[in-house]
Formats: sequence, C-alpha cells, structure tokens
Amino acid sequence: MQYTEKVIEHFQHPRNVGEIENPDGIGHVGNPICGDVMELYIKIKDNIIVDVKFKTFGCGAAIASGSMLTELIKGKSIDEALEISNKIVVEALGGLPPKKTHCSVLAEDALKFAIDDYFKKQGKK
Amino acid sequence: MKKIYLDHNATTPVHSEVIKEMLPYYRDIYGNASSFHQFGQQARKAVEEAREKVVDFIGAKSGEIIFTSGGTEADNFAIKGVAYANQTKGKHIITSSIEHHAVLNSCKYLEKQGFRITYLPVDKYGLINPEEVKKAIEDETILISIMHANNEMGTIEPIAEVGKIAKEKGVYFHIDAVQSAGKIPVEVKELNVDLLSLSGHKVYGPKGIGVLYIRKGTKIQPLIHGGHHEKNKRAGTENVPGIIGLAKAIEIARITVKEEAIRLTNLRNRLWTSINEKIEDVFLHGHPQERLPNTLNLSFEGVEGEAIILDLDMKGIAVSTGSACTSGTLEPSHVLKAMGVNPRLAQGAIRFSLGEDNTQEEIDYVADMLSGIVSRLRGISPFYQKKESKDLYKGA
Ligand SMILES: Cc1ncc(COP(=O)(O)O)c(C=O)c1O
Ligand code: FES
Repeated sequence: MQYTEKVIEHFQHPRNVGEIENPDGIGHVGNPICGDVMELYIKIKDNIIVDVKFKTFGCGAAIASGSMLTELIKGKSIDEALEISNKIVVEALGGLPPKKTHCSVLAEDALKFAIDDYFKKQGKK
Repeated sequence: MKKIYLDHNATTPVHSEVIKEMLPYYRDIYGNASSFHQFGQQARKAVEEAREKVVDFIGAKSGEIIFTSGGTEADNFAIKGVAYANQTKGKHIITSSIEHHAVLNSCKYLEKQGFRITYLPVDKYGLINPEEVKKAIEDETILISIMHANNEMGTIEPIAEVGKIAKEKGVYFHIDAVQSAGKIPVEVKELNVDLLSLSGHKVYGPKGIGVLYIRKGTKIQPLIHGGHHEKNKRAGTENVPGIIGLAKAIEIARITVKEEAIRLTNLRNRLWTSINEKIEDVFLHGHPQERLPNTLNLSFEGVEGEAIILDLDMKGIAVSTGSACTSGTLEPSHVLKAMGVNPRLAQGAIRFSLGEDNTQEEIDYVADMLSGIVSRLRGISPFYQKKESKDLYKGA
C-alpha cells in the first residue's frame, strides 16, 4: 500500500487518541463495506471545540484520518469544523490511495455525527 | 533494518540453484522447442526432461503433464476445459466455497453459460465433508474441483476420500495443489485425482509457469488455440526457462519436502506459542492439525488487519491479510466467512506463511514486535478498550 510520509507519521503517532469523560457530543460511525468503525468525542465551550478525542477499529488510513481530523478541528468553532470535509483531511495527509478515500469519509462522518449529537443534547436542532 | 519475509503463500524467492539451471536457456539454448535445428532440438530435449521430473514428482505417467502460464491458467483449463468437453453428459460441477478465485471465478463464469455449480460449505476449521460431496453428486455431475490445501489458513482437505468417491461415481476430480505442492507430499494415484494444478512461484521456482496434470483418457477441451504445442492441448511457444526452472524447483522440493515440513511445523508452532504467551485474545483460524506446516492465520481481537500489517511492514516484517489477490478488496475473506468466523475477527486476520529462509531468531523477533504492535493498536481501538474497562468494572 502506497501511503504518504504524513499518513505513516500520523499512523505511527496518532494525535488525540482516546475517549472524553462526559463529552458534549459523540459520533459513532461504521463503514458497512469494510466494517471499520470510528468514534469521535468532542468537548465544546462557547461554540469552540476545546477538546477532541477519537478511537478507531480501522486500517492505517482510518487511523491517520482520525488523527489528522482531530488536529484540524481542535480549537475551531463549530461552524469552522463543519467546513472540514474528508477532502481537506486527505489533502492535509498529502493524499490517500483512491481505494482508501472512504476511510477519510469515516472521519468526516464521525465529526458530523458528534456535532449533531451535541446539538441534540443542547436541544437546539 | 531487518527484512523478514513471512508471506511464502503469496510467492517465494527463486532458489539460486533454480536460477543457475534456467540461465543457459536464456543465453545459449534459446531455440524454439518446436524448431527442427539443433538450437530447437536442444531446447526440446530439456523440456521433455523437465516434464519427466514433474511426472516423477506427482507420480504421473509420461504424457500427462501440460505446461501452462501458472496456477491460474491450470485451474481455468481444468474447470472450463472439462466443462466444455463433457457438457453433453451434464452441466453440473461441485466445488467448495473456500477455493482460490482462479477456481471460484472460473465456476462463476460457467454459471453464466448455463452450468450449475454446487459450492460446498466447510466446517469451522475449513474442512469439507466427503459425505456432502457424495450427496451432491447427480447424474449430471461432470466435475468435482477441491483445493488440496487452502492458501489463507492452510487447512488440508480430505482429498483421498473425495477421490475415492469421485472414482466410484465416475466423475472427474480436479485438485488445486498450488499451495500443497512442495509443502506436503502430492501423489496423484494415492489421492485418486484426474487433474491437478501446480504453480512454479509457490515452490521456489519462477513466476508465470505452471502445470496441469491430466490423467490419460480425461476428456478436456483446450482453451488456448494456435500451434500444435503440448499435444494440441495448449498452444504457445514453450516458456523453456520457466519449464526448466519449475522442474528444478520441484526436483529440490522432492528431496527436501519431508524434512522442511518438520522444520517449518516446529518454527510455525514456536511462533504460535510465543504469540499466545505474549498476547491475549488471539484466535487461530484453520484446522489445528490438518494444516500446511508453514501457515499460521490469526486474529487479534479488537484490531484491524491492515493496521497490523502496516506496523509490521515498518519493522521490516512482511505478512498479509488472507490472500494477496483479495487484499485489494474491502470485503473480509470469503474463506473465513465460509468458516463462520465472526466478521469483526475476520477483518483482523493475519496470515503468517513461513518458508525455507526463515530462522528461529526471526520468528522470535516477530513475536516480540507483534506484542507491542497489537497493544498499541488495541489502545486506539474502541472495541478492545471497552471490553477491558467493562472487565474492570465487573471486578470492582
Ligand atoms: C490455491 C491457489 N490456487 C491458484 C493460485 C494461482 O496461481 P498463480 O499465481 O500461479 O496463477 C494461487 C496463488 O495465489 C493459489 O494460492
Ligand atoms: S479500509 Fe475501512 S476504514 Fe480504511
């Protein structure tokens, strides 16, 4: 598998791995084809993502995507975070093999679900 | 960095003696084996000598060996060739659900042309049941095709028993011996088979060369048309260096197979034992005993296979998930699925396939590296951690 150095680096040293106690939002998503799963936890204060953690039962690309996504959204406002698509994650990783695009989608979806969960908990949406 | 190759079921390095034997047929004896002149006749002689080596290796008779471009072509030839030549008798074929794609996709192709295929189930160890073969045979059945040993988890099928049944019922019997050849004895009379596939690159020979054994009298239709090569059964100028290389490789295998099987079994078991000691919640796939000496297929609960492979690759260790051909797809292995392995476990399956170059030192290094890798990846996994913490709460 041809992974970029950046992907390998994040795979080997993933940032923000873990769970958050009493999170403000949780996103739990699975890919029905490959069966891989990602979980994203967010802590939000004044509309800002002050903390984020992830876990994944997934391939190297999934681990790298989760790690990169958490770096990209940490400290961002919810609106800014919602702008982070899987494409941006892939670009930040210096690219992913075409077959592995869906792994970055897993990360984007986990984020969307986590923010959704946050809004639901806020009773906003 | 160390380089440790544990993927011998995908392919093997070519033996240096094999290369030595092949070289003259590129440089000096490069004639076309069909040519009349001395260049051609020398090549012809070498090809026929090589054919006799294959004959000896599997206990065939002269004239029963056809050279092909590899295991895939041999499988295609056996299945489609027998199907086309015998379709007036019937259009039913029996195979198993865990075959290599060379067999499975040949069968699927025939299905589109009106043939009916029975895909036999396997038990949790990946074994077919000969009784079920017997039950599946109809008047219309023209071929049974079962692999001798499975490439992913190494289970050895009860071929001799199926062979007996096929013989009694007068149905042609093909075995894919691509993985078994060179690892365990393969003998066509003992196994009662009519057709048998072999491949050069799995037995320390070159890639792109294989064999189909066709028992004398077997009705088969050629798939490749052209000149009068291989007794009009397979057209195309002979791959002389490939044929020479394959023959040399199996000549070596014939001598070393028994001792190497013992050595590899010990080495493989050592790997399994030390992994088991170092890592919790590991599952073995395949039959505990009836298994290729070199193959170990494992799942590490809570961890996905590709991540392990990638981590091992960074440490210079080459293993694979299931078969190399299917690792490009996202779906977990059809073999483990047929064995009823939990899908999440199947997704984490790793195949270690050992070979003649592996040493005990390498095996110990792999087990050491693996324990660190698995615990790191389990730390990232939402499944394993949860299980642990649940256990913690239980204890409290
Ligand atoms: C069981 C089995 N059959 C057939 C093949 C195909 O052989 P080849 O690579 O020579 O086409 C393989 C190799 O992957 C195999 O493992
Ligand atoms: S293959 Fe499924 S997440 Fe990468």
